[in-house]
Amino acid sequence: MADLRCNIAGVQSPNPYWLASAPPTDKEYNVVRAFKAGWGGVVWKTLGEDPPIVNVSSRYGAVNYNGTRMAGFNNIELITDRPLDVNLREIKQVKRDWPDRAMVVSLMVPCEEESWKRILPLVEDTGADAVELNFGCPHGMSERGMGSAVGQVPEYIEMVTRWCKKYTRMPVFVKLTPNITNILHPARAANTGGADAVSLINTINSIVTVDLDAMAPTPIVGGKGAHGGYCGPAVKPIALNMVAEIARDPECQGLPISGIGGVSTWRDAAEFISLGSGSVQVCTAAMHYGFKIIDDLTDGLSNWMDSKGHQSLEDFRGAAVPNVVNWNQLDMNYECIAEINQDLCIKCGLCHVACEDTSHQAIFAKRVDGERRYEVNDPECVGCNLCMLACPVEDCITMREVDNGKPYMNWLQDPRNPANIKAAE
Amino acid sequence: MTASADIQAGRLRPDDYVENFNDVHPPLDRKRALIESARCYYCYDAPCVEACPTGIDIPSFIRKISTDNVKGSAVDILTENIMGGACARVCPTEILCEGSCVRNTQEEKPVNIGELQRYATDHLFDSGQQVFERAASSGKKVAVVGAGPAGLSAAHRLSLLGHDAVVFEARDKAAGLNEYGIAAYKVPNDFAQREVEFILSLGGIELRCGQAIGKDFSLTELRRDYDAVFLSMGMAGVNALGLENEDLEGVVDAVDYIAQLRQSGDLAQLPVGRKVVVIGGGNTAIDIAVQTKRLGAEDVTLVYRRGKDNMNATWHEQEFAQLNGVKIKHWAQPTKLMGQDGQVKEIEFEYTQLDDNGRLMGTGDHFSLLVDQVFKAIGQSFVPAPLMNGAADVLELSSGRIAVDEDRKTSLSDVWAGGDCVTGDDLTVAAVQDGKVAAGAIDRHLRG
Repeated sequence: MADLRCNIAGVQSPNPYWLASAPPTDKEYNVVRAFKAGWGGVVWKTLGEDPPIVNVSSRYGAVNYNGTRMAGFNNIELITDRPLDVNLREIKQVKRDWPDRAMVVSLMVPCEEESWKRILPLVEDTGADAVELNFGCPHGMSERGMGSAVGQVPEYIEMVTRWCKKYTRMPVFVKLTPNITNILHPARAANTGGADAVSLINTINSIVTVDLDAMAPTPIVGGKGAHGGYCGPAVKPIALNMVAEIARDPECQGLPISGIGGVSTWRDAAEFISLGSGSVQVCTAAMHYGFKIIDDLTDGLSNWMDSKGHQSLEDFRGAAVPNVVNWNQLDMNYECIAEINQDLCIKCGLCHVACEDTSHQAIFAKRVDGERRYEVNDPECVGCNLCMLACPVEDCITMREVDNGKPYMNWLQDPRNPANIKAAE
Repeated sequence: MTASADIQAGRLRPDDYVENFNDVHPPLDRKRALIESARCYYCYDAPCVEACPTGIDIPSFIRKISTDNVKGSAVDILTENIMGGACARVCPTEILCEGSCVRNTQEEKPVNIGELQRYATDHLFDSGQQVFERAASSGKKVAVVGAGPAGLSAAHRLSLLGHDAVVFEARDKAAGLNEYGIAAYKVPNDFAQREVEFILSLGGIELRCGQAIGKDFSLTELRRDYDAVFLSMGMAGVNALGLENEDLEGVVDAVDYIAQLRQSGDLAQLPVGRKVVVIGGGNTAIDIAVQTKRLGAEDVTLVYRRGKDNMNATWHEQEFAQLNGVKIKHWAQPTKLMGQDGQVKEIEFEYTQLDDNGRLMGTGDHFSLLVDQVFKAIGQSFVPAPLMNGAADVLELSSGRIAVDEDRKTSLSDVWAGGDCVTGDDLTVAAVQDGKVAAGAIDRHLRG
């Protein structure tokens, strides 16, 4: 049985699954339910200065795709709308009752040293394990000069991180916004400012749908809508890339990462961890199905680790990072072509039409004795994977490596590279 | 009827009749339609389209359901099959579109195409919209004989193409077997007539009921008075068992009884036997067996002279009958009808088998069933005589039905034919296709 214990920047938890700072972690009642269900930790919903903010009614929107509810999800909720002392009291109580679970407290106060200096000791007094600086929230708070308004300016990130390191002994996690062009700039700023870890991604600026009757973006508040923060399964690819970018950045080496973004299954978590994440934070999946999903998240991860012979998370943490490279390091001589397992083929023809209409005309639509038969035209196949991806039958189309005997050659070495042609002249 | 026969009306409580003859499959609501439509893979060169005699673009209409473009979906269906609503209810989809769905290979559960088609077409009918528009008038007039699926399909398509159609129907109502022949629970709530109204609402189609060819008018007159003629009068003849005593009380043609049932305003008034035997292996046999059971018959036994794979009724229909408590006996043929006081009391069967040459033969062993009613459902036949009245030209027949070419054109230069009166599959959907194809050919002929 694999050991799922997690240690990130000194914060320990029995498993790597933390509930992200969001509605599920807004108060003692929810958090206790989560801990009873088996969650490894929580990032308490963001605290701010009193008086508490006020939330609107109608707060969430979703992208439903092809029968799947909440494939993408967004919200226009702000930070906690409860008084600071109520939250602090509950945090203290919960940490006392559940000492083995990670208790991280998310914070967002004005971008002034005094504000941070004032709130940090209050949090420290609760016994919390760490703080997470919410520099990511893209709506509402950013218009007040907080959240992503800070997160989009690396100098501010560095400055606030320094203040926090100065006024608390707790580890400082900096939560990054994806609403920037290059995630490395804010990540490096946090690193330079002394952050103990970064958490990413926060939500993405979004309008999930437009209500065509109301002619307004959803969620609709009295006939109007505002852009919200996008999350859920749909954002996972964006999050994975940003995590990987930081994990393989020479300047950020050793900077722990708490991965966030569409984690719904143990497999998602394993992917984040393989790209260097320490803990993983979950929100949408819990908001969709409740806290009980922690059972499969832990059990599935443990079983998979057993099957791979991994005894602890450290055994595979970051294992995929060395294989994430820049495009110009890919082997130009590698070749693969599609192969269709005729025994599994159900004759839907999607491989053919996808290739015929939109790619390389490399799949024949034949009739053999009146029966449909789809066959790869090997010489035309460029190994793009489209047919395999379009095929509704698992493992019916696979990509077979062609052994062409050619050695590794990347683009920088490739004689077809214009730079090399020029050099040869 | 004698006192000794147990043939009675009102065997059930009033509510039971309502329940037994209501929709056999309740319609999909939007939620279910969305779930089911999401199961369609939107196949390229989809096998279901090929399996549909009218060639409806099934993946397209299902995709439109999934995007809530239900009107667009219905138009796609009705453009290829104007009786798409009826076909959604009566088609043996298990051997047509659904039988060829690629999901059968994957998971043995096809997309429920029939129910989705019904969802789309019902939606349009309920909205009361007319989505078709006639082409400019050609000034041509075409006579259509028989207002069943083939005739209505031809008339609608002819009207769309700009020709006027006059439809002669021998019965009091249009819709053919959808009105008189299909089991009541497949087309409840007067669906057949609602569909006729929808078809006629296009305009350019004149329906004349109570007008029988060979009696009220002749083919010769039609050819004289109209620019073209489409024959679709179905099959008027009913096959007989060829046994002695076939005229005993209680020995009934299934098609006549079903027509009576369909037209009955009050099923509680319709007498049915306590012990019923149905002879035959087609859909009519299934329909009469299930309907008599649902009318309250205690024992219904369907006897077919060959095995289950030889039955014209699909496996799905056979299972449906069995679910309804019908007992199906294979490999037996009737040999003797026995009566008392002019009323059938008993029927004797001989077991059958195939001889070495694959021919059906009796085994010499017999069994008998006590019976109050015997329903004959051993097929119908085309009756050509009414067409021949006073005709100088000969309408050629093939296998006892009107011979037609690919365009559904007969041996007469201005006469086309389709539906059950020509050879081919005896299916509503095939009849609709006949009418559609013939209308296209007639259009080309008239504009030629």
